Amino acid sequence: MLVHSRTGKWATWSVFFVLFVPLFAVPLLVILAASFTTNWSGAFPSGPTTEHYVAATGGDSLQALTTSLITAVSASLLALTIGSWAALAAASMRRRGRRFLDALFMLPVAVPSVVVGLAVLVAFSKPPMLLNGTRWIVILAHTILVTAFAYSSVSAAIVRLDPMYEQAAASLGARPGYVLWRIKLPLLLPSLTAAAGLCFALSMGELSATMMLYPPDWTPLPVQIFAATDRGSLFTGAAVAVVLMGTTLLVLLGVSKIRTRASYR
Amino acid sequence: MTSAAHPVASDITATKTPRQRTGPSRAVPPKAGPREPARRARRIPGFVWALPPVAVLALVFLYPLALVVQQSVSPDEGGTSIAPYGDVFASESFRSALTTTVWLAVGSTAGCLVLGFVLAMIIAFVPFPGGRAVAKFIDVFLSFPSFLITLALLFIYGNVGMANGVWTDITGAADGPFDFLTTPWGVLLAEITYFTPFVMRPLLAAFSQLDSAQLEVASSLGAKPARIVRQVILPEALPALAAGGSLVLVMCLNEFGIVLFTGAKGVTTLPMLVYSKAILESDYPAACVVAVVNIAISVGLYSLYRMVSRRVGA
Repeated sequence: MLVHSRTGKWATWSVFFVLFVPLFAVPLLVILAASFTTNWSGAFPSGPTTEHYVAATGGDSLQALTTSLITAVSASLLALTIGSWAALAAASMRRRGRRFLDALFMLPVAVPSVVVGLAVLVAFSKPPMLLNGTRWIVILAHTILVTAFAYSSVSAAIVRLDPMYEQAAASLGARPGYVLWRIKLPLLLPSLTAAAGLCFALSMGELSATMMLYPPDWTPLPVQIFAATDRGSLFTGAAVAVVLMGTTLLVLLGVSKIRTRASYR
Repeated sequence: MTSAAHPVASDITATKTPRQRTGPSRAVPPKAGPREPARRARRIPGFVWALPPVAVLALVFLYPLALVVQQSVSPDEGGTSIAPYGDVFASESFRSALTTTVWLAVGSTAGCLVLGFVLAMIIAFVPFPGGRAVAKFIDVFLSFPSFLITLALLFIYGNVGMANGVWTDITGAADGPFDFLTTPWGVLLAEITYFTPFVMRPLLAAFSQLDSAQLEVASSLGAKPARIVRQVILPEALPALAAGGSLVLVMCLNEFGIVLFTGAKGVTTLPMLVYSKAILESDYPAACVVAVVNIAISVGLYSLYRMVSRRVGA
């Protein structure tokens, strides 16, 4: 341990909390508190109300929530399929092929998401692939953006996989497809669900590419929050943000439940 | 590979190992050779399996990027020229956006590194009850979108926010002193807040590998905490710092949500410029030029990050 004296420890801890609490805990708490108030121009919020939640869970915002959920779920499932397929294919390749695939599938992380949005907009605004103005263009952009994360977490998990299991199965006569389905995928299930959770959370909060692409009838929650704050209704925006955070947390919690059940097997 | 002459089709039905095939209840496919290894299906080379996902990625990601590059050299008048680049590079808005982007990213990264190092070190080496909860909180924090931080800062330091309200209540002044949110400093604060956890995570992982006996030994030999930090912890943390720092640098360069939410006309970064050129002004060639510059900067930095993190194994 670095600090041994009692006073030294307390001093260090107070430095930690003086930095940590205002920077990280307070912003989230402020949003939560603001969503329940009508007015906040002093030290404490005033005028407790649940009115913003009526606005945040009905009409446009409710539609934005379902929009976000559909987008996030479909984008993460697609990304998970493409990403884990590529990761599994990369694992069976030689060093150079693997590094090529690594670079290729990590590229969307390096390219700014606004630019991904612009590129998708440029490419899919004209026939034969006319997706502009439909919901599919938003889902497509989200898929591109989160595939990299699915790829990287699945391939990290493949590296950690004990090769003894698949070798044993193969030596007992299992075909590669069978090994994949009965050995590798079940062993990878915890990381697959973790990757799905990550993709879902990222897609729920995606704003940059969405701002470039969203059609008027497909506005996800982040766009809704921006629209609310942009027209000055900060408190409604806060309530919608709480809905966004709550939904993300609930789904992540559900996903981690799947994970623990999978690890019993 | 004794059975290289077998047709591929036989792989699908007949790849049992000898031991299984001698079992009494097993139906033995007639064509199976006696010592046929199960890995025989690998005759389809590995890269073939990689083709479908690569094709999908090429269609939806690489092809659009190529179109952006192509669009950036095709001005509205038609033809191919690099005139759009000249126009954009000459414009004041582009130059100021470039400077703003770079100094904001560098400043935020430096802030994140210092703050993340201090916080991670305290969590790891001066443990306190609830330290694990803090680490868990950081994980949750990472799963939220960045613009929430700016939204929160609007409540705290905004024109009619908490801090200014308290100030006017106490001093009776007409308006408060906190007016930095719409300046680059507001973006800097938000970026440092949001991206510090991205530095802390690899640092915490690196610190958990560090044998605390090293610290005890250094301490028992009379080293003061400052010296232990400098000579034992910092060298151990350097790879994680380098990896985390370059990742954060790339993410700060590409950050859009935070800048959009501050709503400041004075703070224009490259991603913001791409957005305003393309969506607000419908000037696609110019937007594509800015986009290409932005891609070049961040892909270059990102490859650097990959190189660093591969070298140090982080």
